[in-house]
Amino acid sequence: MKMFQLSKRGATWALATVSFFVAAAAQAQTALDDIMKAKVLKVAVQTDSAPYGFVGTDLKPIGLDIEMANYIGKKLGVAVELVTVVSASRIPALQTHKADLVIATLGKNPDREKVIDFTAAYSPFFQAVFGPKTVTIKGFADLAGKTVGATRGAMEDQELSKLAPAGTDIKRFEDNNATVAAFASGQVQFVALGASVAANMMTKNPQLAAEYKLLIKESPNYIGVAKGEDKLKAKVNEILAAAKKSGDLDALSKKWLGRPAGDLPL
Amino acid sequence: MKIQLDFGAVLSEWPLLLTGATWTVALTLIAVALGTLLGIACAWVRGRGMGAALVPWWLKAVVTAYVELIRNTPFIVQLFFIFFGLPAAGFKLSAEAASCIAMVINLGAYAAEIIRSGLEATPKGQIEAAQSLALSGRHIFWRVVLPPALRKVWPSLVSQIIIVMLGSSVCGQISTQELSYAADLIQSRNFRSFEAFIVVGCSYLLLSLGLRHVLNWAGARFLLGRR
Repeated sequence: MKMFQLSKRGATWALATVSFFVAAAAQAQTALDDIMKAKVLKVAVQTDSAPYGFVGTDLKPIGLDIEMANYIGKKLGVAVELVTVVSASRIPALQTHKADLVIATLGKNPDREKVIDFTAAYSPFFQAVFGPKTVTIKGFADLAGKTVGATRGAMEDQELSKLAPAGTDIKRFEDNNATVAAFASGQVQFVALGASVAANMMTKNPQLAAEYKLLIKESPNYIGVAKGEDKLKAKVNEILAAAKKSGDLDALSKKWLGRPAGDLPL
Repeated sequence: MKIQLDFGAVLSEWPLLLTGATWTVALTLIAVALGTLLGIACAWVRGRGMGAALVPWWLKAVVTAYVELIRNTPFIVQLFFIFFGLPAAGFKLSAEAASCIAMVINLGAYAAEIIRSGLEATPKGQIEAAQSLALSGRHIFWRVVLPPALRKVWPSLVSQIIIVMLGSSVCGQISTQELSYAADLIQSRNFRSFEAFIVVGCSYLLLSLGLRHVLNWAGARFLLGRR
């Protein structure tokens, strides 16, 4: 067994070599030409994050991200091939050229920017307070004296704790399912949730008559492209800018999230 | 590997920890008081000999079903049923009330079986002796049968009470602000999970040891009568 154990230094070298080749390949800048030549655009999508990407009743991926992928394919005039990934394999899918684009509720942060490039944002992702249509909430001050469910430790819990007035009774639950269950069973009057979880809750429980109330935090989604593929990135940005102008992005967002895309960052 | 422990970050949240400990103790005390009474009642219904002829068959069936149902399902399922399930039937309870009820019915079922084992260990001659003195059925149960039965099973009953107290850590899942809820909240804020759970673990240990002492003392002093 001993001979199969990599020394720490060996592993570092191996990793460095691999990343060198990945980096070298990424510098080639041929992605757009390859796509146009093959007439196929490979897009990595997720199928576990409704309503952005999930599996429909016909067992095929559907959702906002999938429609976005098809939209870009149509504008490029090529067929779209969906590559299903999970959250952790989104960036590797780009690095290993399994996909040309990642459209999978991908948020932008400095760590990710070191390894891949991002186009402009294409859809909003946000944490918000949701509640019954019958109660009017104009601002966070109106939450005083109300019970609000949140998932303990989630971004929305931490932000809500800062935003809500002192009299708010924040009930914290173990996971999203328990938080949703508490709202669905009437144990809390409002819930703070991520947009996708809330949308899922509202489509599955129309009897709750819940709606979007207050924005807690914006964290929009971007399309990922391999590092250095500037031509492809520019082309996708061009398509996104046109879609934003024509209202197609807003329509897409309204269809799946019940809220216009709004002013998305570039 | 070197681990840097920073207990200050956790202990500075002492109001949360204090609230948590208070809720844990309060829930446990209510569960002990009501659960033990419930246990005695159920043990009387199920037990043989002690005026059992008075108990209608359907009450016996109901109590047996209750004991078997509670003892053969997990506590967290019972808790979720009360908190998330019952509102569908129009029966809405606060997280604290739901926790309390869940603990009482849980301890009640276990206590029933523990106390019943004590009741059934009562020598037949002792009951007959009481009957020959023309004591009423109620007198026989409360004065002759129950005290020695409780004395016999008191250590197992105290153990069960400790188990129920430790089980209350699950009530944090439905947002009751007991001790482990405090730990979870603190570690989700400052990511000091190691320290948070060490502190709360020690708190549970102290509470358990303390409660065992108090119950052993109180049991001998008030409940069981002096030998």
